[in-house]
Amino acid sequence: MVEFSLPKNSTVTIGKTWPKPANASNNIREFRIYRWNPDDDHNPSIDTYYVDCSDCGPMVLDAILWIKNKVDPTLTFRRSCREGICGSCAMNIDGTNTLACTKDMSSIKGAINIYPLPHMPVVKDLVPDLTRFYAQHASIEPWLKTVSPAPEKEWRQSHEDRLKLDGLYECILCACCSTSCPSYWWNGDRYLGPAVLLQAYRWLIDSRDEATGERLDNLEDPFRLYRCHTIMNCAKACPKGLNPAKAIAEIKNMMLARQV
Amino acid sequence: MSDSTSTTKSPESRRPMSPHLQIYRPMLTMMMSIIHRITGAGLYFGTLLLAWWLIAAATDAKSYMFINDLLTSFVGRIILLGYTWALFHHMMGGIRHFIWDTGRGLDHPEREYLAQASLIASIGLTLFVWILAYLLR
Repeated sequence: MVEFSLPKNSTVTIGKTWPKPANASNNIREFRIYRWNPDDDHNPSIDTYYVDCSDCGPMVLDAILWIKNKVDPTLTFRRSCREGICGSCAMNIDGTNTLACTKDMSSIKGAINIYPLPHMPVVKDLVPDLTRFYAQHASIEPWLKTVSPAPEKEWRQSHEDRLKLDGLYECILCACCSTSCPSYWWNGDRYLGPAVLLQAYRWLIDSRDEATGERLDNLEDPFRLYRCHTIMNCAKACPKGLNPAKAIAEIKNMMLARQV
Repeated sequence: MSDSTSTTKSPESRRPMSPHLQIYRPMLTMMMSIIHRITGAGLYFGTLLLAWWLIAAATDAKSYMFINDLLTSFVGRIILLGYTWALFHHMMGGIRHFIWDTGRGLDHPEREYLAQASLIASIGLTLFVWILAYLLR
């Protein structure tokens, strides 16, 4: 449902300003970070931190780890690989969704604003609840489906058919795209969203998959597929440079092609 | 927990919703999508005006003069200018979506060019129609 404003318990207040690091260099940057603690009854707030950039790595993830290690150990966020392949540190940085580990601080001017992925239930601080997102991914049955007897060795694929998976298989399911999409914000309970539809297309055009018709039947729905209005936030947000909007357009064309 | 209601609620139901529209950086294609919706809604209003004008013309001189005076007043002209632009902008948006529906122009930077082009075209066509209208008067 379209609800432009935040619910009462979600409006953001001004939080604590943490002291500047003692005997720091001149290279100090301001961070404004969204905080919410499930263990008290306060609304979310924006805390202000100061990071000595001469003492920390170049990426936003380096800075929030620096804060966690040196200023405020209660700051909570997900992170793992620190090289853009696990998708854990997806968050809203400087107004767009991206991975903290591959976002260079020097590409941002002024204070660096960090929020959790938009329009999601917050577990704590920068950690969103992705349960529904994963359930939607499971709903498209993201595995090879076949009816013909399994070959003795592997399912073969020509080089040309393998090339069709480029730009799709790289998706790391970080949810940057889906949570950047206003359509997903308003209809996330019924619209599958860009990430899951890109994954759906990845199986639809796999030459080895034999469930194309069944997969299309599952997507033929006013909401699941057709809530994409080519707003394009997804393609602009994707930290892997993929284009979910294009994949969705291709699925719509497959729908059309099978009717003629 | 300070009050009893929050202890009875599950942790899941107490979770706040993270900010969205409030914090997302406005980008051209996103803004154009919003404007496409607004102009689409505006067209209903403009069409009502057009219908009123036509019905008045078919009714009698008095009702025709009334709507004509209304629409040719300064405010009326501003509204008509807005209607003209909304019509062209929505039409350009439709053409842009039509191109996207074929699977073309979805990559960077083509999608930005298409958005910029439809904005320039809608403003250009509006100016063209109005300059032409004043010249032919």
